Amino acid sequence: MNINKTVDAKGLACPMPIVRTKKAIDEIESGQILEVIATDKGAKSDLTAWAKSGGHELVDSKEENGVFSFYIKKG
Amino acid sequence: MSLKPLTAKEVTTKVINKEPLFILDVRNESDFSDWKIEGESVKSINVPYFDLIDGVEGIVDQLPKDENILVVCAKEGSSKFVGEQLVEAGFGQVSYLSGGMKAWSEHLEPVKIGDLKDGGSIYQFVRIGKGCLSYMIASNGEALVVDTARMTDVYEKFASEQNLTIKYVVDTHLHADHISGGRKLAESTGGAYYLPPKDAGEVTFEHEELIEGNNFVVGNTTVEVQPIYSPGHTIGSTSLIVDGSYLLTGDILFVESIGRPDLAGKAGDWADDLRETLYSKYKNLSMDLIVLPAHFSQVSELGENGQVKAELGELYKKNEGLNISDAERFNKTVSENLPPQPNAYQEIRQTNMGKIDPEEEEQREMEIGPNRCAVHG
Repeated sequence: MNINKTVDAKGLACPMPIVRTKKAIDEIESGQILEVIATDKGAKSDLTAWAKSGGHELVDSKEENGVFSFYIKKG
Repeated sequence: MSLKPLTAKEVTTKVINKEPLFILDVRNESDFSDWKIEGESVKSINVPYFDLIDGVEGIVDQLPKDENILVVCAKEGSSKFVGEQLVEAGFGQVSYLSGGMKAWSEHLEPVKIGDLKDGGSIYQFVRIGKGCLSYMIASNGEALVVDTARMTDVYEKFASEQNLTIKYVVDTHLHADHISGGRKLAESTGGAYYLPPKDAGEVTFEHEELIEGNNFVVGNTTVEVQPIYSPGHTIGSTSLIVDGSYLLTGDILFVESIGRPDLAGKAGDWADDLRETLYSKYKNLSMDLIVLPAHFSQVSELGENGQVKAELGELYKKNEGLNISDAERFNKTVSENLPPQPNAYQEIRQTNMGKIDPEEEEQREMEIGPNRCAVHG
């Protein structure tokens, strides 16, 4: 997967991971991939819901040792 | 004006006293539809915080100008973020739920149910956010706690304020919807922890057996607590008759519903036991007993001061689950079309058996959401 931009939101609590994600997605082109790295457990369901409401696609996600990585394709 | 915190206790008081409360819940839609703050006087709307990052202009028309607005989220960060924007937009009475829905899930409100015949009292601890009810029977400096919630410090503080020694800790069954604080409370207070043997087959730690006929005496000779084997929700489920006046039904019988028989394994397994308990064993008890269940599922079940209780005789008239005369239809009702199972119920059962020992933060996450232990007829 070709990652066009990365947001490092490790250690940040709600709402900051989404605030940063939203800002970053405005800076990439439609069809490009944004990687979001977060440790907040609520991030997964919130990012999924946010991507859906904004017309973006959560193409992949993984968890390793409490660190979540999300890959969002801009809509 | 500035943004003010409101504690889970303060919100509980408003819900119980039926004070008007407008809630802006900024969690995502699925969390909101799954579980939220409810009350007869509560109005709530749901707008996820991520739709409000660029500002609240889009929702000002949906908010009351001259009422208190409580902003609610999962932990509190997003509610402060949105609340501050509302204050800037000119709303005068804005607060946020301190600690978010996590704190709401954990708040326990002690409510006195009544005095006992020869001295002493019985208290109900209402876990309003999750619909769990636990009990303390206190007499002559001693206490017995039933169906202890995970937040054991609340019972310890209450007991110490009333100069009570917690001597017995009893679970009516192996819980699947919440993590029992029973073991922790017993260890911390030096009390003995009792579990029904038929539910405790896989329990890994030392405990005492809760058996019909082996009565407890709380406070020398004043209060008798009598276990009644009453399977159905689990195979070991055991009710308690307190002071000849109160029937603690665990998850067998609730005020507006009955227990579900499927949370320990296969649906329908214990439907016959449940019917036997509800339609014959309980029927032989005094109809004047005050039923005190381990759950409520709707805030409409909260009575005066937040108490959840009803006379057994009244329930035989009004509770639909006690009035299904056809055994086959009863079995169908309690085995089919059941609500979703509680969040993480298998891990919760494993924790309560001592098989796994999750960190506190993980235990909190496991318990998030409603209890879903009832079948509504």
